[in-house]
Order: sequence, then C-alpha cells, then structure tokens
Amino acid sequence: MLKRRIIPCLDIKNGRVVKGVHFGGLRDAGDPVEAARAYDKQGADELCMLDITATTEGREAFLDVIRRVTPSLFVPVTVGGGIRRARDVDRMLAAGADKVAVNSAAVTNPLLIEDLATRYGSQCIVGAVDVRRLPPIAADNGEPVYEVVVHGGTRGTGLEAVQWCRTLAELGVGEILLTSMDRDGSREGYDLWITRTVSRTVDVPVIASGGVGSLEHLRQGLATGEGEADAALAASIFHFGLYSIGQAKGYLHENNIPVRPSR
Amino acid sequence: MNVGVIRYGAGNIDSVVRALEVCGATPLVIDDAALLDTVGAIVLPGVGAFGHGMAALRERGFIEALQSEVLGNEIPFLGICLGMQLLATRGEEGPERWHDGLGWIEGDVSRLPADERVPHVGWNEVYPADTDGGDALMRGIDPGRDFYFVHSYRVVPDDAAAWAASTPYGAPFCSAVVREHIWGVQFHPEKSQSAGFEVLKNFLEAAC
Repeated sequence: MLKRRIIPCLDIKNGRVVKGVHFGGLRDAGDPVEAARAYDKQGADELCMLDITATTEGREAFLDVIRRVTPSLFVPVTVGGGIRRARDVDRMLAAGADKVAVNSAAVTNPLLIEDLATRYGSQCIVGAVDVRRLPPIAADNGEPVYEVVVHGGTRGTGLEAVQWCRTLAELGVGEILLTSMDRDGSREGYDLWITRTVSRTVDVPVIASGGVGSLEHLRQGLATGEGEADAALAASIFHFGLYSIGQAKGYLHENNIPVRPSR
Repeated sequence: MNVGVIRYGAGNIDSVVRALEVCGATPLVIDDAALLDTVGAIVLPGVGAFGHGMAALRERGFIEALQSEVLGNEIPFLGICLGMQLLATRGEEGPERWHDGLGWIEGDVSRLPADERVPHVGWNEVYPADTDGGDALMRGIDPGRDFYFVHSYRVVPDDAAAWAASTPYGAPFCSAVVREHIWGVQFHPEKSQSAGFEVLKNFLEAAC
C-alpha cells in the first residue's frame, strides 16, 4: 500500500528558515542545512523548501541553500518560490532539487505548466496553490467558495480554487500543494473542506498545507472523510521542536493511517 | 569498482552518483559513449518521457555502445525509473503513440491504470519475486519493504520470469525486472535511504 507522506516545509528568507502567520509576521526558525539534515535523520518522507523572498539577492541565497542542503540528503526535495520559466527550473534542478513547485507564474501563464511538464515530466512539476475562503454570499447555496491568491497572498486572482486545481492537473502537474492562507501558521488545523474537495476532484496526489498545530491535525488532513490528502505538510510543529517526525509517524500509525516507519 | 552512470539529459543524476559512493563504488559520470568500455558496471538513471529518453540515448551514440557492452561483453546493468522502462520493447506516450525501446526485456511500457492516483508518488511496498534469494538484486530485501516511487508509466513484461519484484497499487505492477545480468527498478534506490542502499550494494556485489 502506498504510504501517506509527512513533509516538513522550510520557508527560506535570506538563507534562514522562517515561519510566519497568514503569510506574514515572520520569526526565525533556524539554519536550513541543520534543519534539513535533522528531518532526514528523523525519517521525513520528503522535504519542501520554499523561497519566500522576492529579491534577486534572496534568489541567489536560496539557490545557495539548496546547493548546501542537498548533498547530504537522500530524501526527495521539492523547491518553490519565484519559478517563472524553464531556466529557473533548470537552476533549481542543477542545485539538487528533485521537484519544482510553480505558483504565481502558472496563474499568469497557464501554458508554462504544459511546457514544463513536457520538458521535465509531470513527476517533476508541482502545482502550488494558495487559497483563501471568501465571505459567504447568497449565490453560494451554502457551499464554501475559495479564491486562488498569488504573490505571497497579497493579490487575489478571481480564480475559483477547485476549478483551478482541476485545470493545473489537466495541464500536467504531477501533484498539487494546496495551502490555506487562512490557516497558515494558525495551528488551528488544515482547512479540511477544501483539502477533501480538491482531493476528490483531481487524479494527481494532493499535499495538504497550512495550519498544523498538533499530531491530530496531521491525521485529520490524511484521513478518509476528513482531508483525504496523500501527504501532510507542516512547518511550525517540527521547527520549534514540538514534535519529531518519529512521533508524528507513531501517532498516525496508531490511528490507522498508513505511514512508512521512521528509522 | 568503477560504475558508469550515464548522463544523457534525462534528469538529475547527482543523487545516484552520491548513493553509489556511499555504497562503496567509484562512480564515473559517462557523457561520451566511447568511454562506456572503461567501466565494470553500468547504471542508467533517468526520469521523464520514454520517447525523449530513447532519442537522447540515440543522439549521443549510447544505444550501440550499450548493446556492445551489456549484451556483447555481459557488463552488469541497472536501469532506474525511466532507465528501467527503456529496457522494454516499446513505450507508450499518449494514446496509441509508441516508441521503440532497447528491447532487452520483452514487453510494453504503458500508463498506470486510472483507478489509483497517477503519478504514483511516495513510499510503497516492494515484494521480491524470488523469496529464496535466487535473484541477486533483491536478495535480503524483506517482502513489503518501502521504497520511493515517482512515475506515471510502468513496464508490463511479456514473460512472468522477467518480474524481479512487484508493488501493489490497485493491481500489483512490476517494480523490478531481471534478465541474467540486466536489472531494472521502477523505484528510486538513491532516494530510498537504507532500503535503497541495500539494493545498490546487491547490484555492486553481483557486478564484482
């Protein structure tokens, strides 16, 4: 049976791991090389590293982090942030990344995804989608409605989230990394409605992201009838030493979620 | 032992090279088909599309060199992911579009059935076909050990004897093939930590 994956996520700014709330209010969370090695040792199934700076210097610092981190790792690494064209993907792969997540640029130019999937294969391209729940209006018939946001959550797009995820899968992404901006850093748990709805809509694997504050939240994100995601991404609970990957795996195993035993 | 890792523009080979080093081999990155006759074993990694992979091997003159070394001189060979798929007779890419493969393992490469999520991404169980340890590659691997996969296509061998391992995903698919000194694995041993290193060490031992 295919195991559910636990993916620690490192948000990188100016060469340091940071963690914020609702995409803002950043605090320092340590050295990326040390953190990545520790998670690899603890039995993380993959790592995710996102560049959250938008400047050229930040981009170089991020590439440097990837180059320093990957030579000592033997788990797959997904990187993202500021990917706009094939050349950016080339540089990330050359730095040692296994998969590349594309976010804002896919909204501006959806055909970029088709091009990247053809060049590198779908397995290499992750569609990163940040969403926020819209205030309810009468026309919703009681169903929640979510909008895709870009540029670190500073801009709306008018795109409806579930349909956008379906489009990304059709264009050729191999996975969807779905982040709830409302829940990011809140420790209130994943937004289960949008996670489950996207999981049921697309055929590619879905990675739940945003809001984990406890091991029970990881279970909810992955469980049938709750989040139904294929992988659970989390940052704060691992960075600030609340739990180890091993404890997370142990809790999920006890609660009938199939996971790879940690070493 | 000198192990040639073929670089032909089908994905990153750094982690394969590093994993072989950890397993005690001396990996040599081979860009030039003329240098293939300098190594004691050959690893063909690769991710991406079948047609692109074959075309890239052909452009660089690797097809004749591989045939001469692996089939002629019986140099042990391990194909990883796309490198395993290229062993087959032919590969599908889109509906009814087929490309010829190396043809060392009789069978087709086709898309995973749509009853599970595709691509198949993550850690899944591998069950060696020969539980008596007769197959050198999978020797000592406990049935059900987890390995890392990321792929949308898989090999369907014509001959059941070519199955070296299977993996359940909907129906079980062939996750490793064998023909004498030629092996292929659909999973990524270089991304599978200790389980992957055991398989690579088995390959290096078989190649000695």
